Amino acid sequence: MEKRVIFKGLWLPLLLVAPQMVITAVFFFYPAGQAIWQSLFIADPFGLKSQFVGLGNFEYLLADPFYRASFLTTAIFSISVTLVSMGVALYLALLADRLIKGSGTYRTLLIWPYAVAPAVAGVLWMFMFNTRVGVVAWYLGVLGYDWNHVLNEAEAMGLVVVASSWGRISYNFLFFLAGLQAIPRSVIEAAAIDGAHFWTRFRTIVWPLLSPVTFFLLVVNIVYAFFETFGVIHTITSGGPQQATTILVYKVYSDGFVGQDLGSSAAQSVILLGLVGLLTIIQFKFIERKVHY
Amino acid sequence: MKRLSMSVLAFAAATGLAMPVQAQTEIQWWHAFTGRLGELLDAQVAQFNAGQSDYKVVASHKGNYSETLNAGIAAFRAGEQPHLMQVFEVGTATMMAAKGAVRPVYQVMADSGLPFDKDAYIAAVTGYYTTSDGDMLSFPYNASTPVLYVNRDKLTEAGIDPDTDLSTWEKVGPVLDTLKAAGVSCPLATAWQSWVHLEGFSAYHDVPFATKANGFDGFDTELVFNGPVQVAHVAQMGQWAKDGKFIYGGRRNESGANFRGGECALFTESSAGYAGVKKEATFAWDIRNLPYWDNVDAAPQNTIIGGASLWVMEGKPEAEYKGVAAFLDFLSSAEVQAQWHQDTGYLPATTAASDLTQSQGFYAANPGTEIAGIQMTGKPPTANSKGLRLGSFDQIRTIIDEELEAVWAGDKDAQTALDSAVERGNVLLRRFEQANK
Repeated sequence: MEKRVIFKGLWLPLLLVAPQMVITAVFFFYPAGQAIWQSLFIADPFGLKSQFVGLGNFEYLLADPFYRASFLTTAIFSISVTLVSMGVALYLALLADRLIKGSGTYRTLLIWPYAVAPAVAGVLWMFMFNTRVGVVAWYLGVLGYDWNHVLNEAEAMGLVVVASSWGRISYNFLFFLAGLQAIPRSVIEAAAIDGAHFWTRFRTIVWPLLSPVTFFLLVVNIVYAFFETFGVIHTITSGGPQQATTILVYKVYSDGFVGQDLGSSAAQSVILLGLVGLLTIIQFKFIERKVHY
Repeated sequence: MKRLSMSVLAFAAATGLAMPVQAQTEIQWWHAFTGRLGELLDAQVAQFNAGQSDYKVVASHKGNYSETLNAGIAAFRAGEQPHLMQVFEVGTATMMAAKGAVRPVYQVMADSGLPFDKDAYIAAVTGYYTTSDGDMLSFPYNASTPVLYVNRDKLTEAGIDPDTDLSTWEKVGPVLDTLKAAGVSCPLATAWQSWVHLEGFSAYHDVPFATKANGFDGFDTELVFNGPVQVAHVAQMGQWAKDGKFIYGGRRNESGANFRGGECALFTESSAGYAGVKKEATFAWDIRNLPYWDNVDAAPQNTIIGGASLWVMEGKPEAEYKGVAAFLDFLSSAEVQAQWHQDTGYLPATTAASDLTQSQGFYAANPGTEIAGIQMTGKPPTANSKGLRLGSFDQIRTIIDEELEAVWAGDKDAQTALDSAVERGNVLLRRFEQANK
């Protein structure tokens, strides 16, 4: 039987949820509603005139092969960022978990990159890999590799993935480490006494017990890769070369603030809104089933 | 500041002090300049404010060009627009289309009663910002044009006479071969590839960039920069890129660092890059005219400008526009223009400023600084060389950048890339036309 605490009356509960509802309404429902409304119009930037076009903006977008290609670019980018940042973080967390001495220092150092804003991280990586003056590019040149992410699409994608994952590793590391330390030692020790090696222990005990943390990070990281990597892409590649690193959210910016095409930009926001909603539903419906709480 | 003057006013009223008859009218000016340029701009404002007591210009930095434009648009929608806004040249069509949001400069000047002679301005500079009839829509504040910077030491190193003629691409070709053979890692580089090698290039060779006089005669313009002259040039550049003779560094002026650092031999860049090169270069260098193709009969026509102009925003009390006019009148004076030209490398907007700079001996003391002016004014501008007026042009430039990158990377040939850029750009032009119907 489920236990429920039930408030008497109606006003107190309403009052208690009101702040959250107001925040959601002001910062989510209102702007989202505006975006949906604007997506039905073609307007000039100064707001002097606008024409109702119905779903015209969506037709215009979906007819654009570059916009359609941007979905694939976004998928590759988001999956790569999620895998790289979670994979490296888990590896580091496993190592840190086994440390006896100096784990505090190790942890502190690993958390630092999280404090660096995405745009600043972007500038750092851009300078390191700058094709003409970058330190890393120069050393690669010495080794005989001609690094040129301004023209090479795969290198550009690799660079923005690494730069976007870098700061994120710290965040994921924190959660993985906390998750690992919450696993009872006795269970692992029992398995060790039974002769299970590290890898077996990881596969059969640690990984399943860690799954709530992994699931949470999966959701959060995909949302991060979709929306918060704008600064990195803007500073390093501006969506180029050709449109190799133009992810959906970058195109929203570029059409809205470079092209001043608010109708198209709003329509893209609506599509993005639907897409992320869909992804979250899929994650909670299908992946969450495999999670052991 | 405003709040302070308000409280001073309230205090004065409350204590019954005698008020001065006229209060200073504030003129808001939003701009995109930082660093040295920002300091020079502030100095101009201070000079204007000190020179008279009716108006006070307040200059505010609002980020880079795109950010300043967006800030101005957002402010206009909220009814909080400044009087004056600095808008980069690619935003010209956007501003011009905003009837009811901007007030043409010629009208502001005519209403003010101040003397305003449009013939005093250099046509090649103001042309970008005038109507087809020659009426000035915005004030050409900072205008530059592409020129060729030469690292003389690199030429000498490769066994080339540093005074060798580089006026045409036909003559540049063999020089690049020699440089490459001598092991120079960066024979040729460029900044702003679309501006220099397509926009300026088309004007310089008197071929159209877009129909309807490059968009001056209507929003129903279409891009046509995939003609044989442009294709031949981009194909040659692509070949040089493939051979390691043209080194692509990025869409903006990233390669400037390599030229100033002494790595590149030839560098096509804005004339406003002069100050930076002068400050940093530790080698012998000079400025030449932008090379042209000698086999194109019309070349050299004139190159077009880049930079920004000042737009007057609508919706302010009528009396304040007199202040705006007074400030524009101040900026037009030969002394202010000449000083600005000499400090920054931007082109003078008036003939008087150019003559004053000449008579002050500036060109003689700083060889190369006169090249941009000569290149701009050599011939009277044609419909192909007056400028460009295309909607969504900032984004069209991005499309051009993408397609040119495909050529430099060897993914596409010049014709395919330019055809594709034209096709994609036309979609944006139709979109802009529809939004501004």
